[in-house]
Amino acid sequence: MSTEVRFRQRAGAALWRRPWLRGVLTLSPPLLWFLVVYLASLVTMLVTAFFTVNSLTGNVVYQWTWSNFSQIFTQGVYGQIILRTLLMAVVVTITDALVALPFAFFLAKIASRRWRQVLLAMLLLPLWASYLAKVYAWINILSDKGVLPGIESRLGLPTTHIAYSNIAMWIVFSYLWLPFMIVPIYGAFERVPDSLLEASSDLGGGTWSTFRWVLLPMVLPGMVAGSIFTFSLTLGDFITPLLIGGSNSNFIGNAIYDSAINGGNLPFAAALAFVSIAIMAVYLLLARFAGAFEAL
Amino acid sequence: MNSSRIRRGAGAGVATLVLSLVAVPMTFIGSAGAALSTPPTQGMAPQQSVGKGEGTLNLIAWEGYAQPQWVTPFTKATGCKVNVKYAGSSSEMVSLMANGGGHQYDLVSASGDADLRLIYGGNVKPINIKLIPSWNQFRPFLKAPSFNTINGRHYGISYEFGPNVLLYSKKTFPTAPASWSVLYNSKYKGKVTVPDNPIQIADAALYLSKSKPSLGITDPYELTQAQFTAAVNLLKSEHPLIKKYWDLASQEISLFQNGSVVVGAAWPYQTNTLQAAGAKVADTIPSEGATGWADTWLLATNAPHPNCAYKWMAYVSTPKIQAQEAIYFGETPANTQACAIMNTLQKGGCAAYHANAPESYFSTIKFWKTPLSTCDNGKSNCVDFTQWQQAWTQIIG
Repeated sequence: MSTEVRFRQRAGAALWRRPWLRGVLTLSPPLLWFLVVYLASLVTMLVTAFFTVNSLTGNVVYQWTWSNFSQIFTQGVYGQIILRTLLMAVVVTITDALVALPFAFFLAKIASRRWRQVLLAMLLLPLWASYLAKVYAWINILSDKGVLPGIESRLGLPTTHIAYSNIAMWIVFSYLWLPFMIVPIYGAFERVPDSLLEASSDLGGGTWSTFRWVLLPMVLPGMVAGSIFTFSLTLGDFITPLLIGGSNSNFIGNAIYDSAINGGNLPFAAALAFVSIAIMAVYLLLARFAGAFEAL
Repeated sequence: MNSSRIRRGAGAGVATLVLSLVAVPMTFIGSAGAALSTPPTQGMAPQQSVGKGEGTLNLIAWEGYAQPQWVTPFTKATGCKVNVKYAGSSSEMVSLMANGGGHQYDLVSASGDADLRLIYGGNVKPINIKLIPSWNQFRPFLKAPSFNTINGRHYGISYEFGPNVLLYSKKTFPTAPASWSVLYNSKYKGKVTVPDNPIQIADAALYLSKSKPSLGITDPYELTQAQFTAAVNLLKSEHPLIKKYWDLASQEISLFQNGSVVVGAAWPYQTNTLQAAGAKVADTIPSEGATGWADTWLLATNAPHPNCAYKWMAYVSTPKIQAQEAIYFGETPANTQACAIMNTLQKGGCAAYHANAPESYFSTIKFWKTPLSTCDNGKSNCVDFTQWQQAWTQIIG
């Protein structure tokens, strides 16, 4: 018997006798990956947030300081940027929820099987297209020589100048993230048995009270799950503000980009990144209370 | 700073393990000096000859600085395949080089406002000017300018220069605007675009130096606190008029193309590109004069492909390439022999881009430079670059 085969047999036997060793060996590669790649980069960022840079040369100065955080909270401009980002994330989430609710209800409860397939395909198809192509398409629609002002002037209506404004961003974000809201709500509606709706109407419940007291509580976790996507995707975005935002459209992401890429100030960018992480942590905590993780 | 100090500050557990992983590379980059004394790489001896090319050349460049019409022949002749990372601002070039990019890139086409930051940051190193024969044909003031040559050591080779121009739609302005004041005129509310770049404060200062002589601004990059505040306030009052602060030249081009703006601060490159696409636009240098750039190809301290880098510097300094670049971008070449070739490329091209202008023309352009707290007049009451950046953040909100 060759030594190699003998070694294999021994190793196999040892593993069989010690189940804990099997567990350690199976789990350690992903665990190591998680520790080094995921946690280490986060910790590095947290640590970096407490350094500063030499403003002339752009080199990092390794001295502990709170100055990055105090700058964020004392200079009004960052408060304004954070507030703007938060507000947009909330408004986009509400818009998507309002659009998604009837759409998902139709999809789950009214549409025939064939229609459902067609609608689902149409809903998911845009996800295959490049994000940039979709934003540029909206620039072509909204800009002064674009499709929308063209139609408006054809109809003799006053032309709108929506491109490069916060309204344009609201439209584009709501469009981009809509599928992420519809799919979990659709899933929630599918789990509602039709018999419940019949029971509600048998007991005298009208359309509104059936929706309010039967449907809404059951799909709320789905809505919250969808809102995690719409909220976090908007909160972290910086490309849409860059491309279709106006002169008052900087997001936290843009401030991070500016400090990291243009300002060469990675520590300050890291401090800003922690603001969005903190906001997201609070949001996820609230979503947990609303039962969103059971619906995912 | 040593790694043990970082470790002590951070506490125990996972953080210690993780920190010791990250602290090692940090100690290497953390060593560059802060004070403006001597560049950290001053003592590095440049190579004495150019060997065989390494097969690759990685550039950080402005848009329009690595066009196929001169990159393809270069690759054919030298075997150096050219990869380009385009940067939208001088600051972006500095941070690309400072944050580890210096180990990846060979050359950076930085402007005067970035050069000193790169040199004193230790990100670029001295070059051997003897290896670039065309240097002898350069304009005298670009052979060893103070923004790329310190203590007699060249950290790169001058390339091209030009003015920042006022770009306008001919529909709105049948005749060229005579003053930069159109950028601050509420008549064009929502139709104005300017670069998203702190150095834009200098443009406001230049305008104020003529429109408000009482401020006493002589150099738009050397501003006292009062002059600086006046420029920043002017830009804050401009904010409501701005449709968008552009980050890349291509953005400004589409803003003009889709009719969203009618006037803006630009480079001649945007004008050329728009006109080539049939847009009814033109540019002008208003009566107040203009800010401008003078670019340098700087050699990265850790350039992985130095031979290809030297071959590139020699190649782009020749009259032919200098002329091609000048016509393509709309700027002025450093090489005086480029004039005749520019005329063959475009009728009257030499005069159009000032390649035959006397030296006195260049003093009318206020070239970008790094704002420092030490002014040229010996005083140290000027506002430095950090404050320019902070003020810019406040302006654009």
